[in-house]
Amino acid sequence: MAADTATRVLFDEPGPRGRTRILISTVVAGVLVVLLVAGAVYQFYVHGQLVAYKWQFFTYSAIIQRLLVDGIGNTFLATAVAAVVAFPLGLALALGRLSKQPVLSKVSTAWIEFFRSMPMILVVYAFLLALPRFGLVLPVFWMLVVPMILVSSASTAEVFRAGIKAVDKGQWEAAQSLGMGPGLVLTQIVLPQAFRIVLPNLLTGLVSLLKDSTLGYIVSYGELMQQGKELVAYYHYMIQTYLVIALIYVVINWLLTRLASWLQVRMGTRRVAAGPIVVDLEPAQ
Amino acid sequence: MNQIWQMLGDNSSFLLNGVLTTVGLTILGFVGALVIGTIVAVFRVSPITPLRVLGTVYVEFFRNVPLLTLLILIVFGLPDIGLLIPLFWCGVLGLVLAGSAFICETVRSGINTISVGQSEAARALGMSFSTQLRLIILPQAFRTMVQPLVNNFIGILIGSSLAAAVGVSDITNVTQQLNIRYAEAVVLFLLSGAVYLVFALGAGGVGSWLERLVSKSRIGSAR
Repeated sequence: MAADTATRVLFDEPGPRGRTRILISTVVAGVLVVLLVAGAVYQFYVHGQLVAYKWQFFTYSAIIQRLLVDGIGNTFLATAVAAVVAFPLGLALALGRLSKQPVLSKVSTAWIEFFRSMPMILVVYAFLLALPRFGLVLPVFWMLVVPMILVSSASTAEVFRAGIKAVDKGQWEAAQSLGMGPGLVLTQIVLPQAFRIVLPNLLTGLVSLLKDSTLGYIVSYGELMQQGKELVAYYHYMIQTYLVIALIYVVINWLLTRLASWLQVRMGTRRVAAGPIVVDLEPAQ
Repeated sequence: MNQIWQMLGDNSSFLLNGVLTTVGLTILGFVGALVIGTIVAVFRVSPITPLRVLGTVYVEFFRNVPLLTLLILIVFGLPDIGLLIPLFWCGVLGLVLAGSAFICETVRSGINTISVGQSEAARALGMSFSTQLRLIILPQAFRTMVQPLVNNFIGILIGSSLAAAVGVSDITNVTQQLNIRYAEAVVLFLLSGAVYLVFALGAGGVGSWLERLVSKSRIGSAR
């Protein structure tokens, strides 16, 4: 068993008796898990939710088209547009917060702290209900995407800030001693390294943006959740529809998280190899 | 201006109820998630394969499903299979399920930071699994977990606002209802925003206090 340290911390290497105990527990736990699943399936069955037509529904091409093409398409569109604006904005806010210019730093900090502790649904309601009173009525798409951008810019800013701070101080000093100006140090030396460090976290940020896009359900923008709401309104297969939608989200987000952890492993090894100072101090790899 | 004070005065108990509902959702959600998350973390690293698989599936599902989808599934979906849960508890359930998946990962990486020698020593002293966990492993793991747990707490606090979308009368929902009646959107949203801001900052404060506290105890115990 390729073990986590946690496994070795919590559980002793099993001896012969331990191994029998593990075997017995495995069988018992296996039976319990099967019973759990069977109980859930039974619960569906007795309430008539397993009837074939309620599930066959999702094999109709019109329904597939609606969920997988229209729904996911709009979800991706909202997520992508929000990310394209929010990530550079987050970088700018991070640089603002780190800057020595007091006003800029204060404003960026306030923006970040405000939107980091503000639930996105409140921002959505503000755009939906408050701003129209001042004559600002956005199209539905932007009612969803602008709050996504505002909230995500704050959390992404913190990711970038952590990344910039994680770049070794010696890198700044070395670049400055080579006569590089602050702008040049930032763009040529620090940001490329910081970007690598934060790439997995940016993917995590993308996952939360994708989750936030479910608020399309509230503003009635036709992303996956809203498509589900409409399907339920017509056909009333509540649990089936929302279960299918939940699974679609899980699969997409799971793939993104996997990509993030794969990148983390890959970047981790690369960074050690590329850092000559680290290699100098610890020659034994 | 007077109108606004009038509105706030007339609805003070309604607003207070909203605040209390948010607090209740957050605290019950966090405590439940902490308990379940710790159990699932032990499942995930246990040598018993079915439990590992169960833990992994649990975490991957609830970590990756959007909270709004989960809440809607609980509120509108579960009655279809005969599970009628009061609305408030639907909100708590959703927060516990989603929160525990994140807390499980926090706990797991917390346990990962402990050196194997610690538990080997504990076992050599003949400590049982639960004693070991209670006296040796979790107190040490907790030190590295404070900051992530505060983040988990704030995540649950902010997540609790989504319960408003399924009809739980938390502060988000209350201010939205008042807005429909009084059309004082700006004041009301700033008000509920302030509630979240205060609680989030408060949680951050408690977090740094706890962090100082546990780092102090580390110096004490090193002697």
